Amino acid sequence: MSAIASAPAARTPLQRALRAFAGSPLAMFGLVVLACIIALAVLAPWIAPQNPYDLMQLDIMDGQLPPGSQAATGMTYWLGTDEQGRDMLSAILYGLRISLLVGFSSAIAAAAIGTTLGLIAAYAGGRTDTTIMRLVDLQLSFPAILVALMILAFLGKGVGNVILALVIVEWAAYARTARASALVQRRKEYIEAALSYGSSSLRVLFRHLLPNCLPPLMVIVTVQVARAIALEATLSFLGLGVPVTEPSLGLLISNGYQHMLSGKFWISFYPGIALLVTVVAINLIGDRLRDVLNPRNAD
Amino acid sequence: MISWLAKRVIQAVAVVLAMTVIVFIGVNVIGDPVAVLLPPDATHDERLRVIASFGLDRPLWEQYLSFLSGAIRGDLGRSFVFSEPALSVILQRMPATLELAIAAMLLAVLVGVPLGLYAGVRPNSAGAKALMAGSILGFSLPTFWVGLVMIMLFSVQLGWLPAGGRGQTAEFLGVQWSFLTLDGLRHLALPALNLALFKISLVMRLVRAETREVVPQDYVRTARAKGLSEGAVIRTHVLKNTLIPVVTIVGLEFGSVIAFSVVTETIFSWPGMGKLIIDSIHLLDRPMIVAYLMAIVVLFVLINLIVDLLYTVLDPRVRLEN
Repeated sequence: MSAIASAPAARTPLQRALRAFAGSPLAMFGLVVLACIIALAVLAPWIAPQNPYDLMQLDIMDGQLPPGSQAATGMTYWLGTDEQGRDMLSAILYGLRISLLVGFSSAIAAAAIGTTLGLIAAYAGGRTDTTIMRLVDLQLSFPAILVALMILAFLGKGVGNVILALVIVEWAAYARTARASALVQRRKEYIEAALSYGSSSLRVLFRHLLPNCLPPLMVIVTVQVARAIALEATLSFLGLGVPVTEPSLGLLISNGYQHMLSGKFWISFYPGIALLVTVVAINLIGDRLRDVLNPRNAD
Repeated sequence: MISWLAKRVIQAVAVVLAMTVIVFIGVNVIGDPVAVLLPPDATHDERLRVIASFGLDRPLWEQYLSFLSGAIRGDLGRSFVFSEPALSVILQRMPATLELAIAAMLLAVLVGVPLGLYAGVRPNSAGAKALMAGSILGFSLPTFWVGLVMIMLFSVQLGWLPAGGRGQTAEFLGVQWSFLTLDGLRHLALPALNLALFKISLVMRLVRAETREVVPQDYVRTARAKGLSEGAVIRTHVLKNTLIPVVTIVGLEFGSVIAFSVVTETIFSWPGMGKLIIDSIHLLDRPMIVAYLMAIVVLFVLINLIVDLLYTVLDPRVRLEN
């Protein structure tokens, strides 16, 4: 973080990190794939062959057609249709929207809450610290899927409820990481300097501590987005996640489950591939970020 | 040791108490307490009678105390679906879940340790690289989708293994087990593998990392120098030292295997606790849900306690005082 240019090409830490990240073809591949997936999800209403939830556009006679079948209208069902004659490709594009929405919004909300609590714990210390960390320990001693299951058993289905459950499951990881790196940063001189010229606690927390704790938190965010997407899919598969009116990839897989035993694999298989590609792409990015942002690897 | 144990037990009891409060609040404040006691199709008169007889007009803390005293006596209400005490229904299903979880953990160790050892001893071989790439896939593949693909491949297409159920069981210690009959084992194979897949990746990566740390140590070089065969060096000097963290991880991950059996049991219609809770949630059998949550909390606290104990026994460096 030194301002003195030691190398001939003086670069900011951000530029260095970006350059190191781009050094891994696998991570860049993950990034490109993820960008494509996000673009597909955002543009779904304009690029999907049909609106899978407009009943006018569905033809029940086209139900359970295998991939590559032709519709009466001349449209080709590249990935087949489900039992209601819904084009699976369109359903997957729309499903991606819900899956990504739930994954990203829960990870960001959990990051905001968890990081704030972690910073407060490190900064305040004493009883506040103990209380927050006890909660973190309690949270982390139970597997995420069980806690989410419990919350949804009380609250019922719904996109909002799933996001809430995921936030409750995820905040602890951020709190623990933020506290750990804030404890290290707190002892540094720039914090002492900021305090000595009379900065308020709030200013020290968010203007000085937070930016210096960001690198490890970035890694957690990436990993947690992937985890949230997979967990949402699992919960929806179990029938506890999103409602039928807003089907995510997990719910699409669940709908095809009953047809699997009669050999109609495509209804479950392709949404699963979409889910898998999304999660793997995010994990590839996360793996590389972990290497790049690790202070031990800094030059 | 005794004082450490006492402290740890008190902590465990505190966690269970905290969870009774959370479950109580979940059911009575967030959920509808009357619905917990009544089947979904109850009439208005029944509703009023229940509110009066269960004292739902009393203050919350009084209600909590009576819930707690019931819970201590093992009375967590009666299941609407089974018309039996909810706790006993859960205890009947528990062996099936434990059997599945133990089978999955065994698979994870029996497959993960040799693969990890190989990848650690020959880190630059093509096989090791393929295994490492495969383990990323193992982490990323959602359990439930892998389960579906397994059914599709091994049950529907190839017809090798059954797609669901426990198969024929045999009695041992007064409980029915699948692993004692050939048919039961065939039914156990797919769900156990499904549940184990994630843990195989985990154990493999762990053993690989440990092996890479152990191999350059002096005592391994000494063993080679005194002329031991490569196989003997790996078996007696490398393998043994990689196993301590494996034991820890097996303990720590056992709870998560039981949690994830909810998914695997649902896919493979395995009649354990996990399938029971999902069915109960769909049927709104709320006493069952409360009983399951309390049972699982106690089970987890017990597992954590046992792991802590084992850890201190296996690794004397862990200071009990802290």
